[in-house]
Amino acid sequence: MFKRIFSKKNRVLLAELVRTDFKLRYQGSALGYIWSLLRPLLLFTILYLVFIKFLKVNYGVPHSAVYLLMGIVLWNFFLELTAGSIGSIVGRGDLIRKIRIPRWLIVVSTSLSAVISLLLNIVVIGVFMTLNHVAVSVDILWFPLILLELYIFGMGIALFLSAAFVRYRDVTYIWEVTCQALFYLTPLLYPVAKLHWPIIREIIFLSPLSQTIQEARYTVVTKQTYTVFQAFHNNLLTVIPMAITIIVFIIGVTYFRKRSLTFAEDI
Amino acid sequence: MNDDVVIKVDLVSKTFRLPHEKNSSLKGLVLNFYKGKRTYETQQVLKAISFEIKRGEFFGIVGRNGSGKSTLLKILAGIYFPTEGEIHISGRLTPFIELGVGFSPELTGRENVFLNGSLLGFNRKEMSSMYDDIVEFAELHRFMDQKLKNYSSGMQVRLAFSIAIRANPDILLLDEVLAVGDAAFQKKCYEYFMELKKNKKTVVLVTHDMGAVRQYCDSAIMIEDGVIIKQGKAEVIAQAYQKLFATEAEAAMKKEMQFKTKIAKEDRWGSGSLMVDKSTINLNDDEVTISVTYIANRKIDPPILGFNIYDSAGTDIVEGNTQRSRKKTYPMEPGEKVIIKWQIPNIFKDDSYNISLSCCDQSTVNFYDWFNKANSFTISRGSPTAAIVAPKVTIKSYSKINGSAE
Repeated sequence: MFKRIFSKKNRVLLAELVRTDFKLRYQGSALGYIWSLLRPLLLFTILYLVFIKFLKVNYGVPHSAVYLLMGIVLWNFFLELTAGSIGSIVGRGDLIRKIRIPRWLIVVSTSLSAVISLLLNIVVIGVFMTLNHVAVSVDILWFPLILLELYIFGMGIALFLSAAFVRYRDVTYIWEVTCQALFYLTPLLYPVAKLHWPIIREIIFLSPLSQTIQEARYTVVTKQTYTVFQAFHNNLLTVIPMAITIIVFIIGVTYFRKRSLTFAEDI
Repeated sequence: MNDDVVIKVDLVSKTFRLPHEKNSSLKGLVLNFYKGKRTYETQQVLKAISFEIKRGEFFGIVGRNGSGKSTLLKILAGIYFPTEGEIHISGRLTPFIELGVGFSPELTGRENVFLNGSLLGFNRKEMSSMYDDIVEFAELHRFMDQKLKNYSSGMQVRLAFSIAIRANPDILLLDEVLAVGDAAFQKKCYEYFMELKKNKKTVVLVTHDMGAVRQYCDSAIMIEDGVIIKQGKAEVIAQAYQKLFATEAEAAMKKEMQFKTKIAKEDRWGSGSLMVDKSTINLNDDEVTISVTYIANRKIDPPILGFNIYDSAGTDIVEGNTQRSRKKTYPMEPGEKVIIKWQIPNIFKDDSYNISLSCCDQSTVNFYDWFNKANSFTISRGSPTAAIVAPKVTIKSYSKINGSAE
């Protein structure tokens, strides 16, 4: 099965679709590719000034700026991955109606654009880390795995949404509102450790988003990060967000496979 | 499956769901679900179709618009999935059925070559080695670094075709490929097809063009309303297809002829609630009398009855109706007849005249009957004139005027 999924044909097509996406994105802009680094850099500067300098958000951890950035970067990655994929199938309707290509390839190619943005953003984080003299520990080796979990979670949602969008155009708005709720459910702008009721902390950490973002902060930025292991004292419960990730992914893939049979007719 | 059979279509049916009103919103879905209403109807486009295509065969699928032939091709290509039945294919298939699919207008010709190549499964390195040949074949050297949106449609097709023939699949699916391109390009297509035939490639061609069927295809099927109505040698199918259209054209022509003769014979229109039954004309030197019988086919309110007289040039000479003459008419019951006699002073010059008879309701909007050339008469007094009418002109008196000297 893996051989079929990663056949040469699929790899070649995927590479070319991603390349096209990337090329078209910065077409007609004077600075071109520079924007892909400049844009996050400028956005981070604003966030830094607003939250760290003026609002003086106190996470109660060292390297607050990098801590904040890490959360925002991963959140943006999730947002770009899911919201960006919603229209991917419909947007490539011309291909789907006239050519036999694996439909999931289109969603994956869109998701890879988000991955590229993420990698560039991580480079920018690296710059901020150096400026902040963040000490890197061996735990950073976990970081790619954490990103993979976030990617799998996002991919499950992206597959589901893009397939549902073919039939129901409401999906965009529903997801927009859901993301707004998820934004506040994820400890991006507030220190989760300082929340009074343990039950709320537990609810927050059911979300794979909270789990991955906090663990990314833990492994890369500071050991003082409040993670899922502190939220749930029972170690067995700490696998819940991971289980949710896998369940969401399976549901997404299953629904996508079922619906993809009639994409060509429904678009 | 026989080794020689590369495509085997086994009782394939395809049913589309046609939404009455496309339900692209959850609200509509919920509402309709709540009401228990069916929001779509089904349309069976293909009905249990079976056929086989042998290795090396040039196979035609012909049929009218909407017969289901393109749906069939899309099923063969794996773009649609059959609702019922199965398809067995052995060998590599072209992934697309049209030229230029996946072209991006914002990219240059060069970039599109690589993008399109990737749809065929070629990586950058492989495409690079073929690139010069492709450009050569398409004759587009000067344009490769321009954006595709600046290409003419002919140039786009040339480029697409040049890439497509690199695919080198075992089975080629083509939908109306010959409809585009100029004569020189069509010649290239022709040469390419001949080469395919020589190399014993299997080609499935969907087309309206019986010339192409005769020229390239070995065998073909004709589809009508989702079923195969004829299957056999290309020539037989081409003839059957043309005959289908010929008989239809003939029938249509006959109908039109009947209509035309009817119109020519009886140039009339109207609802027919009240109709001119017959008319007679009496002529003498002083008067023209037109007697018209009307028959009612429905119960109607008092109508307006009228006539017009035209000369041979079509000029409306005289017009008259009951409203103008302030004559009250009768309401009428179905089957009832009335007779009206018009008397007109004979002012007509030497010519032939046509009479139109008409009847309408009091609003003069709804015409029951307007009957052009319902009757005619000819005047020949032997004194032609260029004037429009020739009323009787008499000389009342004629005398010298005297007494001025007195």
